Amino acid sequence: MAVKAQAQPLASRQASVGTLRQVLAPIGQIFVFVVGSSLILGAIVLVLALLLSRTQANLLSGVLTVLPLVIIDGLVLGFLYATIALGYTLVYGVLEFINFAHGEIYMVGAFVGGGLGLWLASQGLLAAMHPLLFVVFALLVAMTASGLLAVGIERFAYRPLRNAPRLVPLISAIGVSLVLQDLVRLLAGPSRFNLRYPQLGLSRRFQLLEIPTAAGANLRVAIDSQSLIFIVTSLLMLIALNYLINVTKLGKAIRAVAQDRATASLMGINVNLIIAMTFFIGGALGGGAGVLFGVKYSTVNPYIGFIAGLKAFTAAVLGGIGNITGAMVGGIVLGLLEAFVSTYLTLFTGGRFSGPDYASVASFLILIGILIFRPSGLLGEATTQKV
Amino acid sequence: MALLELQNVHTFYGNIHALKGISLAVNEGEIVTLIGSNGAGKSTTLRTISGLLSPRQGQVLLNGRRIDTMPSHEIVKLGVSQSPEGRRIFPRLTVLENLEMGAYIHSRRDPQYQADLERVLDLFPRLRERVAQKGGTLSGGEQQMLAIGRALMSRPHVLLLDEPSMGLAPILVDQIFSIVQDINKQGTTILLVEQNALMALGIAHRGYVLQTGQIVLSDSAKRLSENETVQKAYLGLD
Repeated sequence: MAVKAQAQPLASRQASVGTLRQVLAPIGQIFVFVVGSSLILGAIVLVLALLLSRTQANLLSGVLTVLPLVIIDGLVLGFLYATIALGYTLVYGVLEFINFAHGEIYMVGAFVGGGLGLWLASQGLLAAMHPLLFVVFALLVAMTASGLLAVGIERFAYRPLRNAPRLVPLISAIGVSLVLQDLVRLLAGPSRFNLRYPQLGLSRRFQLLEIPTAAGANLRVAIDSQSLIFIVTSLLMLIALNYLINVTKLGKAIRAVAQDRATASLMGINVNLIIAMTFFIGGALGGGAGVLFGVKYSTVNPYIGFIAGLKAFTAAVLGGIGNITGAMVGGIVLGLLEAFVSTYLTLFTGGRFSGPDYASVASFLILIGILIFRPSGLLGEATTQKV
Repeated sequence: MALLELQNVHTFYGNIHALKGISLAVNEGEIVTLIGSNGAGKSTTLRTISGLLSPRQGQVLLNGRRIDTMPSHEIVKLGVSQSPEGRRIFPRLTVLENLEMGAYIHSRRDPQYQADLERVLDLFPRLRERVAQKGGTLSGGEQQMLAIGRALMSRPHVLLLDEPSMGLAPILVDQIFSIVQDINKQGTTILLVEQNALMALGIAHRGYVLQTGQIVLSDSAKRLSENETVQKAYLGLD
């Protein structure tokens, strides 16, 4: 008995240490990939700049001046892709099905947030609100709406097809995405096709650091409020998701259903309910990403979901589809890569190539490369845990 | 009244008529075994009781209440728990998480939960050493222990065991069967499906012999193991 009494707390303590590690490890991995990708991309850019500086004067200093901004832009884009990619990867983990309507769920979230802002402004309430309060409020409303929308889509467009051949629900998903695009276009009408988020007066910039340069003037690195809100909020959502999936009973049930649906139902788990919850969580994350996008870039239209969804899907595959940490890491790597290509391709070619136009080319080249050389994704299946 | 009763149950896989009118009864406190060769319908019977398959005809009764129209997650709540064929543990959940999923129908704040966990870890001390390990990294025998332990976590009245001896070394089979007997002595009724008829009849009170979806023999375990047909067909004795 005495031995047992000692062994038990030890076992539970081990388990809780393991839990903490499970929640924090993905965040650590994200950090490693943020720093690593920035360093690698930064180094490549610097080497190129040094090589080209013989023909182009001032190139090196130009490259260095914009580098911090490029990294911040890349992180914003990266967290956007990561948050959307989680919706793909969660659903894939549970159903082995790519929900191609997920990009549109993100777009609907952006419209709900923007519509709420316009309504509050028309009621004169927005002016009385702190901008951050509006962001939180819009996030909650849009996340709920997008989550419920995802649950509804699953119920009516996917569940009846659950035992059909794999291609059938995929076609259904593409159909749903077309319907949603045009439905939002119809509801928004021509005047709101390009929906502008209300001005929130978030003009503060936060100075991060000041680097002395040879020229004498100090180089100031600052981040604007919108980008800061974007990065902090999406990081919080990722931490919350990790906690939910690894620690809560619901999260464990989601993982159990992902691993073996029939056996999960033998445990008393209501599999349909868990699948619906998975869609809700994925949809809510997508809707949240939509609001953050609107706050940061101020204009949204009914077609923003298509490209963003495709990029997020690429991010999910890049990290290893079905792998939650992989989706986060894949999104960030992709975002940074696009930001670097956007800025530096223009700079290095003296404007002959327009970088932003080629950013997507870089993304999809990466997708092709991953599919050829490492189909299991950056984080591979063997090393980390799927959903 | 029997605790668990099947009345003329017909189950189909598509067009394949897998169970052709199975009737059997399991009384409170018994170990009842279903023996028979591959494809006789043993696992199909358990899957039908658990609600993974629904019978096209016939009834499954628990304490006289029909359960064959219920979804499987509801049946677990009524006290029927299954350790499925091939163990089917969750490979990427830890041992502790697997057991926690076994207790899914109970709240984690349920004071009985810790006691259930202790009971299972006492029955299978090997699992205690491996609580933090992923299920998929366990050996075959340990996985079987985990599957049985997980099924016990829901505090079932009836435990359905599907081929617990499959793929295990003889010494482990002895160990697992003696634990199954202990579980029964602690008050759980057991319906045991086995290909290893010798072992199954050794611990069971009664048995049924299945052949191509039908029950061809039923008797006390002692008399079944003395039966000539059973000896020839399933015990490998001449």
